[in-house]
Amino acid sequence: MSKFQRKDKGKMPKISVAALPDIVFMLLFFFMVSTTMREVTTMVSQSLPEATEVSRLEKRSLVSNIYIGTPLPAYQALYGTSPRIQLDDSFADVEDIAQFIASEREARDESEIPFMTTSLRVDQYTRMGIVTDVKQALRRANALRINYSSRETETAF
Amino acid sequence: MGRETPELPMASMADIAFMLLIFFLVATTMDMDSGLQRVLPPMPEDDQIEEDQQIRERNVFIVLVNARDQLMVEGENIPIELLRERAKEFIANPNDEPHLPEKEMKEVPYFGEVYATRTAIISLQNDRGTSYGMYIRVQNELAAAYRELRDDLAMEQFGRPFNALGESEQEAVREIYPMTISEAEPREVGGN
Repeated sequence: MSKFQRKDKGKMPKISVAALPDIVFMLLFFFMVSTTMREVTTMVSQSLPEATEVSRLEKRSLVSNIYIGTPLPAYQALYGTSPRIQLDDSFADVEDIAQFIASEREARDESEIPFMTTSLRVDQYTRMGIVTDVKQALRRANALRINYSSRETETAF
Repeated sequence: MGRETPELPMASMADIAFMLLIFFLVATTMDMDSGLQRVLPPMPEDDQIEEDQQIRERNVFIVLVNARDQLMVEGENIPIELLRERAKEFIANPNDEPHLPEKEMKEVPYFGEVYATRTAIISLQNDRGTSYGMYIRVQNELAAAYRELRDDLAMEQFGRPFNALGESEQEAVREIYPMTISEAEPREVGGN
């Protein structure tokens, strides 16, 4: 005769789920703290180049993003397959950049304007022509602090 | 003792928490924006007379990237793996060679009198057809050359890497190896 005899044979023992909400809340808080809100949905391909010498962008509130790349398949029928610029949630041209920078500046405090950075999020297969045009437009708009967005890697080759 | 409080049903709590969790998973991103930070030169004023600064050929390190992503450094076709070493040799000119930048005595805080290069300008020129990935790799190699030189110097003088130094110490190291990358307007020659 075994020592550990089950008293209620055939019946499933009840599993306590009291700790489940605690676990889920823990996960929830982790994600709330470690992530940031998605601001725009990218409509261009974004395979960023890799670099070893990168530094973090400190203040997200002072960063405005310019996305450059080929439109994603869903938009190709309308916008073609050559690289395009995306500002906020729409496709734009080089001429729109001055307007974009002006509106970004308006949204910020005047004392913060010198510290504003423009982050160029450019797909690595894009040709430099369009990137140079954007850089020239930024120079004309006097938005000189830029960031070539790239992923951090250990080895460059 | 008062009456026993009635137990609240907790079974749906997990469902609510899961719903919130899934919302945050979908609506947020994890990626911190990182990259190579640069400051563009200001646009020259229209009425400003273009001053043609006379810079001697030995003080300029010319890096060309063509539309086929090939690299030409000081008139030589080299693979990108060698760029970092070449750039380091140019910036520091350790053996005081006549074809590399002129050196002079500099008065730098913490270091005193240093025999360092006076002006060492890296001129980077790319084609409109150069791929952005290649451009970033070249920029990265040049940044790495400066970083390695500054790290070596900081280790020698302070026993710590450059990033661990204080503000004024970093400033002194930067004075010896100032980062001067000049970007010419790109040309349109290589086609596609």
